Amino acid sequence: MNTASRKPSASRKPALSSFSKLSTPAILIVVLIAVDFFAWWLNIPFVEDIFTVGTIYLVMVLGFQLFMGNSGILNWSYAGYIAIGAFASAILSMEPVDKLKYIPVMYPFLVNLHMPFPLALLLGALFSALVAAIIAWPLMRLTDSVGAITQFALLIVINVILSQWQEVTNGPRTFTLGQSRTTSLGVALFVAVLAIIVVFWFKESSLGIKLRASRDDRYAARSSGINIIATRYLAYISSAFIGAIGGGLYSHYIVSITAAAFYMNQVFVLLTMLVIGGSMSVSGAFFGTVLITLAQQGLRQVEMYLTVHGYIDASGTTEIALGILMILFLMVLPNGVTGGREVALRIRSRVREKPKEDSVETV
Amino acid sequence: MNLQILTEFTINTISMGSLYALIALGLVFVFGICQLVNFAYGEFFAVSAYTLYFLGTFTSLPWFMVFLLGIFAGVAIAFLCEVVAFRPFRDRSMDALLVTSFAVSVIAQRVYQLSISPRPKAVPIPDFMNRTVTIFGIGTPLRNPLIIATTAVLLIALTLLMKKTTLGIAMRGASENFTTARLMGVPANLVILAAFIISGLLAGVVAIFLSARTGSVEPMAGAGPLLIGFIAVVIGGMHSLPGSVVGGFVYAGISNVLSLTLPTTMLSFRDAIMFAIVIAFLVIKPEGMIRGNYHEERVG
Repeated sequence: MNTASRKPSASRKPALSSFSKLSTPAILIVVLIAVDFFAWWLNIPFVEDIFTVGTIYLVMVLGFQLFMGNSGILNWSYAGYIAIGAFASAILSMEPVDKLKYIPVMYPFLVNLHMPFPLALLLGALFSALVAAIIAWPLMRLTDSVGAITQFALLIVINVILSQWQEVTNGPRTFTLGQSRTTSLGVALFVAVLAIIVVFWFKESSLGIKLRASRDDRYAARSSGINIIATRYLAYISSAFIGAIGGGLYSHYIVSITAAAFYMNQVFVLLTMLVIGGSMSVSGAFFGTVLITLAQQGLRQVEMYLTVHGYIDASGTTEIALGILMILFLMVLPNGVTGGREVALRIRSRVREKPKEDSVETV
Repeated sequence: MNLQILTEFTINTISMGSLYALIALGLVFVFGICQLVNFAYGEFFAVSAYTLYFLGTFTSLPWFMVFLLGIFAGVAIAFLCEVVAFRPFRDRSMDALLVTSFAVSVIAQRVYQLSISPRPKAVPIPDFMNRTVTIFGIGTPLRNPLIIATTAVLLIALTLLMKKTTLGIAMRGASENFTTARLMGVPANLVILAAFIISGLLAGVVAIFLSARTGSVEPMAGAGPLLIGFIAVVIGGMHSLPGSVVGGFVYAGISNVLSLTLPTTMLSFRDAIMFAIVIAFLVIKPEGMIRGNYHEERVG
């Protein structure tokens, strides 16, 4: 028996050269900057709004991909960390006067906190990562459906606490940050570029490779000396951090938020973006976000047109269409539009010959 | 006086537990056979409850016909979900199935919102279900003893089905080892379809009693039972049918104790405490109170 013939993927697809690898984040960043620059250049507030929200979502989806794509665990609780980041950074950056005005019941020591936006964003995200670090270790042992249900339960716990803790989040009522937006298209773009670099670097780092190994074959990974729990743990915390940054950007753009905005529906949107793009690759997260943002906006326009012109009351059809789209995509392209691969400039090296294992297969 | 509270507590816990046991059972039937954590399960209730609402409001059918058709609606939607949404994904990853079931549930909720109403609708329930009867000196609505009796009958029927009939034996075989069961000539489609139909049937029965309790149905009506089912299943054991029944009763017990003992300011956090218990259970004892056949839930 020849064991070499058992790995067809290795013989058919040569490993990417380091140039090709580096080309992936470069392509994504260039495309992102070009798209956002175009939106800015058009100078239509409505278009700029769509692209700013889209770019913020990209940050969230990238963080989502970092853990879910590399570990294969469906991470429901991610929306909870986005929420923590959104609220924490908002509390840190708001003027004490505004806090007294909009959230009169807030704890006095929280009212007095005040710092510039970038610092608040960073500290808020660190806080969210800290929460993840405190609770996640025992949860990382669980896999498959048990793992998914645990994360689901965690999302509910976080949501209940956030939506009931009046002194911090204004409870189920709206939390208003103030009058003006702090996040702009430029800020979102800058963070998104950083996020692309970090998430891609993570995937190719030894930690990312270990995590992907544990996803593909748990037993082989463990017997190669990979500490699966520790690997997942670090990735989970990093993912929570990036998600919280996304949440902070979001709350400083939307300006009035509720805990209910970071719940199942948000997970559904993020999941749609990631699954349709292809959860196994950073490119998948990128193109999924772009596609779904465009589809969402297109559908919303149709919805509004139908409702305004009185054909039918179509509000809510966007989610139905997205859901159906997601099911169809999963049927036809289970690995998303990118098929779990990265976009890259491939230089065909003529030196590389056809691997010899191929000929053995016929024996 | 204390005895009275105790009796009341016991009756409430057993009747709630019966309801929750049925909910959990429906979830485990599907999970046990095709490893699908069915997020669309809540929609079986919602569809069934909406059917009760429609038939009860717009037709003059006798109540037992309404109930039967309501249960039938639950079965029909379960059948439809299996054939249309889940069958194409059976050979895909567990995540794909999970995501699909979630998408189905979101779609269904939007459809009720659009086509019926985003607001709750009153479900007409025959008067006798809410008539007060006295048991051991405690007044309780008749639906409570009724659900206990119904659950007992259903559990006996299901036990007979699983132990005595060919279909039941095939289903048990499939939940133990699907591949081997298929090699032994168990038709995969039939077994999975049967699991979904039983799941829908249980959901239909539960929908009647839940609607009797709340008196209304709204687009998110399925979310409550789904979460209850999750908790009960996790506590009892994901791979065991008796486990899910035990889990249902234990959940009802814990939930009633929390309602009695928590200070009123903390009551709004009850769900958070419930789910924290779930997480603790999953971490400490991921196989649940009653262990099924071997499954790996932990790494390390």
